[in-house]
Amino acid sequence: MSNSHGADPAFWRAGAISATVVMLVILGLLSVNSLTVITAGGSHVPPYTAINQQILYRYDPVKGYDMPVIGGEDLLFGRRYDPEQARALVTRGKLVIQTKACIDCHTFFGIGAYFAPDLTKSWLDPAWDQLWMPMTGSKTREEAMVKFLIHPDRYPTWSRQMPDLHLTQQDAEGVVAYLKWMSAINTNGFPANFGHAPQP
Amino acid sequence: MYQSQKLAIKYLVVAFALFGVMIAAGLLTAAYYLQPRLLFNTLDFSTAKILHINTLVVWNLMGFFGAVYWFLPQEVEREVVGIRLANVMFWVFCAAFLTVAAVFAVVQTGPSAESTLWLINQGRKYVEAPRWAALGILAIVAVFMFNIIATAVKARRLSGVLGVLIVDLVPLFVLYLDAFPSETNMAKDMYWWWWLVHLWVEGTWEVLIACIMAWTLMRLLNTSRRIVETWLYIDIGLVMGSGILGLGHHYYWIGTPKYWFALGGFFSALEPLPLIGMVVHAIYDAGVHRMHCSNRPALYWMFAEAFGNFFGAGVFGFMMTLPQINLFTHGTQWTASHGHFAWWGAYVCGLISIFYVVLAEARGARQIDGPLWKWSFALLNLGIIGMAGGLLIAGMAQTFHERALGGSTLQSFITAQASSWFVEGMWMRMAFGVMFAIGYVLLVVDLVRVGRMASVVELRIPEVGA
Ligand code: HEC
Ligand code: HEM
Ligand code: HEM
Ligand SMILES: [Fe+2]
Repeated sequence: MSNSHGADPAFWRAGAISATVVMLVILGLLSVNSLTVITAGGSHVPPYTAINQQILYRYDPVKGYDMPVIGGEDLLFGRRYDPEQARALVTRGKLVIQTKACIDCHTFFGIGAYFAPDLTKSWLDPAWDQLWMPMTGSKTREEAMVKFLIHPDRYPTWSRQMPDLHLTQQDAEGVVAYLKWMSAINTNGFPANFGHAPQP
Repeated sequence: MYQSQKLAIKYLVVAFALFGVMIAAGLLTAAYYLQPRLLFNTLDFSTAKILHINTLVVWNLMGFFGAVYWFLPQEVEREVVGIRLANVMFWVFCAAFLTVAAVFAVVQTGPSAESTLWLINQGRKYVEAPRWAALGILAIVAVFMFNIIATAVKARRLSGVLGVLIVDLVPLFVLYLDAFPSETNMAKDMYWWWWLVHLWVEGTWEVLIACIMAWTLMRLLNTSRRIVETWLYIDIGLVMGSGILGLGHHYYWIGTPKYWFALGGFFSALEPLPLIGMVVHAIYDAGVHRMHCSNRPALYWMFAEAFGNFFGAGVFGFMMTLPQINLFTHGTQWTASHGHFAWWGAYVCGLISIFYVVLAEARGARQIDGPLWKWSFALLNLGIIGMAGGLLIAGMAQTFHERALGGSTLQSFITAQASSWFVEGMWMRMAFGVMFAIGYVLLVVDLVRVGRMASVVELRIPEVGA
């Protein structure tokens, strides 16, 4: 600390203030852009009516990672939800997720607790077809999900189980819609190789 | 002693008691990994974990409040304005904590209705406390702000440290407003939530503890105000310069645009810089003082703070901060490894150091030493390092089996959890967690006895204002 600014607090204070202000301004501008992209109906996040369509998650050779693909009509619970109904159902799902604190066992987008599997692409999990549809005697994936969510402790697959969180039928339907909609969000390739072998 | 300092001691005592509650809840949370049938459908993992991390946030906040209420009157040489109200808020804080903890433990969750968010549980990580309690925290922080600002105005004195603290109070309050929304769109929800977690905990809290450590340094080592303030500004410049856009390392996978890969990766990779600065400074101080100080525990905990922050946040954070790596480590026990180590180094070590300083001054002890603090120091630090190690091993198993090979499906999750590395990592965490808990008990015993018992050995008082 021998140069002239060495121990001059005022000099460094000015530096700290300018660094903070510049960074905050950049963050503000980027946030405006990011929030547009992640609005439901924005370029990375589908509108809630995506629950009426088929959702896939496929390797995109151009991008070099898995991308959600929104396909043709594939109704949920055999119903077609208009935008208002879809929004209401998905909102219900989110309310269930918060009021039951699902995120304190599971992760969403990889964020939360690490005691239970990530739910980002749960809608697309092969376990529904392979394990839970036969186990619950259901004809569709959504039916199996609803039955599982209402009484998870009745359908154990291994030593660790999900407890009964007292979901109603409507609660469970909201959650299923939520998970279906969420699986269609473009998450820049997370999780990688979901449900298929790693790409070379 | 100022009234404000009496309040400070109350805050610190409750904070350290809650530290114990938090450890108990942590051990319980860890136990579910080893015994999955534990309290099944009675008190599940989620509830234990909520108690663990919410108590963490509350006791850290209380510790910061305690430290500020202790140093503030010394800084301005007068009683804190509005201290009555601050005392009332202390009891409000305690009562609110007890109520929330009881509701979490007994009621746990509620029906899917808005009323649950207000009264029982908000279900957002770290800020699960219901809205009424979040409003309470806002009120408490508001009074805290009022105390500090009104005192500075009355005293007509604004040192650099105090100025920084006052500016920092604004984001401390504003970012906490983030504890209320229940946004349907998870992408947006997470976007703002990270302002609370990264910018609040890793930003405004960092500045808050830096101010408190600056005061501590001046008292502990008689470092001159000019030097302390210069370092404080450099530290803030680096923290904000790297950390504000470093926020982008949480925006890789939540639906946000890809430019965050470059921005988040670059700026967060710079985040360790201020931490390295702290280590360099600590070593320099150690050389100057040859580790002589009348309050050795406080000094050692201050060094633990510098090194812990550097390794836990700087090294363990850096390991997984680039998107190419984070894709595979994200949301595994690896994160928990870093989370524990970083939080320990960034806040807990500092709070312990401060408590020793406060107790020594409060009890008029001229020399603080003895064997006990060394044992607790060793057990706590080894405990956290061992826990971080166990979690890292478990996290690596997850990275390999679940994220890289298995594609993060339920089946791959199960494979990873059942792998021997993972299971051993969980046992290791538990074993070192118990060690940590023993260290805590010794710490409490030492804190109760310090300066009271016959540990007054030799006099080596640094001259004031040297
Ligand atoms: C106490 C911890 C806990 C809580 C709270 C919890 N879960 Fe689970 N959940 C689990 C565990 C453990 C499994 C794995 C169960 C199995 O494989 O048998 C699981 C499995 C699931 C699955 C199947 C995952 C897949 O991809 O195959 C879904 C979906 C799910 N949970 C949704 C939820 C929702 C929605 C909530 C909140 C309403 C919730 N969970 C709350 C522990 C929990
Ligand atoms: C005996 C000591 C402790 C034990 C056994 C313990 C255990 C745990 C467990 C099991 C979790 C849940 C992680 C998961 O989702 O799987 C957790 C989360 C957490 N704990 Fe602890 N803990 C202990 C002490 C501490 C301490 C001292 C701190 C702070 C310094 C701390 C900070 C945290 C944080 C920040 C989280 C959330 C981190 C994340 O999810 O990434 N814990 N702890
Ligand atoms: C004050 C210091 C720090 C503290 C207290 C801290 C604490 C934490 C905690 C608790 C989490 C888990 C958040 C969650 O609940 O999901 C986390 C995540 C993370 N931290 Fe830090 N951290 C600090 C500094 C750093 C630094 C300096 C870096 C990088 C150089 C870093 C990189 C990361 C990354 C990449 C994640 C995301 C992990 C994931 O993908 O799951 N952290 N941090
Ligand atoms: Fe961060």
